[in-house]
Amino acid sequence: MAEDALGPETTRRKFINWFLATSGGAFLLAVLYPVTRYLIPPPAGEATAATVTLSVKPADLKPNSGQIFKFGNRPGILVRTPAGEIRAFSAICTHLNCTVQYRSDVSRIWCACHNGHFDLNGRNIAGPPPRPLEQFMVNVRGDQIVVSKGA
Amino acid sequence: MSMETRYKRPGRLWEWLDERIGLADLEKLAKKKEVPVHRHTAWYYLGGMTLFLLLVQVATGILLLLYYRPSAEEAYESVQFLMAEVEFGWLIRSIHSWAANLMVFTLFVHLFSVWFLKAYRPPREITWVSGVALLGLAMGFGFTGYLLPWNEVAFFATQVGTEITGAVPVIGTFLLRLLRGGDEVTGATLTRFYGIHVAILPAMTLLLMGLHLYLVQKHGMSVPPGVEGQEKPKRAMPFLPNFLLRDVVGWLLALAILAALAAYYPAELGQKADPFAPAPVGIKPEWYFMFMFKTLKYLPAHILGIEGEVVGILGFGVAGLFLLLIPFLDRRAARGEKSPLFTGMAIVAIVYMIVLTYLGYTEVPTQ
Repeated sequence: MAEDALGPETTRRKFINWFLATSGGAFLLAVLYPVTRYLIPPPAGEATAATVTLSVKPADLKPNSGQIFKFGNRPGILVRTPAGEIRAFSAICTHLNCTVQYRSDVSRIWCACHNGHFDLNGRNIAGPPPRPLEQFMVNVRGDQIVVSKGA
Repeated sequence: MSMETRYKRPGRLWEWLDERIGLADLEKLAKKKEVPVHRHTAWYYLGGMTLFLLLVQVATGILLLLYYRPSAEEAYESVQFLMAEVEFGWLIRSIHSWAANLMVFTLFVHLFSVWFLKAYRPPREITWVSGVALLGLAMGFGFTGYLLPWNEVAFFATQVGTEITGAVPVIGTFLLRLLRGGDEVTGATLTRFYGIHVAILPAMTLLLMGLHLYLVQKHGMSVPPGVEGQEKPKRAMPFLPNFLLRDVVGWLLALAILAALAAYYPAELGQKADPFAPAPVGIKPEWYFMFMFKTLKYLPAHILGIEGEVVGILGFGVAGLFLLLIPFLDRRAARGEKSPLFTGMAIVAIVYMIVLTYLGYTEVPTQ
């Protein structure tokens, strides 16, 4: 008698458990999927600025100095070497993303966060930065400085 | 007069409440609670002290909410207004800032005292794990709260801190975008950090704190192995009122120290964050992140072909995991034996943190 009764009873219980578990799982997925997607921000329009005309005039930029400019929505650094050449780099330190600055006392680009040094070709020469700064192309047209990507 | 009659509460309100919420059971529980008395009893006060400072944070945090505005355009100005115009605004914000620092400090002392006294021995492993998780939450509070004034140092601290999550293998980029609310640190990051700071972390803290306190209540205070064996007549004091009153003295002292610190060294605001300004010279994180910050500064660009910062971050990740799992790794302490290896590791950790923090604060920023 017991075997006869146990058979369908356990199958029924198994079915109910399976039914509950899958419904529960489906419910969780139905909640978690939209929430996860919600938490990830939509992709912003890529920093498309490929070319920027700066407001600073070449004559205003003294040799052995540098300044930050906006390259799209990221900072760039414009440097005039002691020899008078104008160069531009990404101002985002390759170590941990701080914004670099020009140090006229050592004629280098320098990151204050973790003491990273770059030479005037953007090469990482001291401290923790693992890669050189991205270099931009600089064109001086009359009294305008035009910086563009892909040097 | 016997104890029973003296403490009897014949009040009608008491009886009415007792029938509905079981006050007598709670009273019995409270009276039963005892605190062991021995030469290390002083360390038992650190947990309660941390809890008190957390309550100060909740109270002042709620007050700050009334004026703070979580957007890149208004955050700095609203804090400026709070500090300059709102009566006692400076006091509330300074206490919030100082109590945060003191809380992290007492948390560290609490953690290391538990470590030295091996209070994580079975059956208190989960108490330790929940405590270490609470330390993680406290650091999360510190990190997210630091950005909220939207000033220069906060901006770059967040740049660096979130960039670090980007170094996590496989899911790094996902985590970074999740934290920043985009690819860069912007107003979206500020809004996100605000939500994390005032809603997500408090909810998680409430849950974990509940578990932590329940476990402390369930298991009682751990008696250090060195004391357990020797001192034969076991001494104890009732939690209510003896221990609690001593606790309160400590809390009053902490409050006085907080008020003095807030009055003499009010929280600073600095310059408003400018995404197009270089990182300020001499930039520093909060002191409890300093040893990690300084380590990242010392690591070379590449170690065995891997970027130095990745090695450093993975190293701290492994250290954190190790800290979490100590009760399961320290088999000697679990058997009630002396465990000099783990005591030694605690000493090494403390010395490492102190030395690197010292170096971080004494370095010449441009060198």
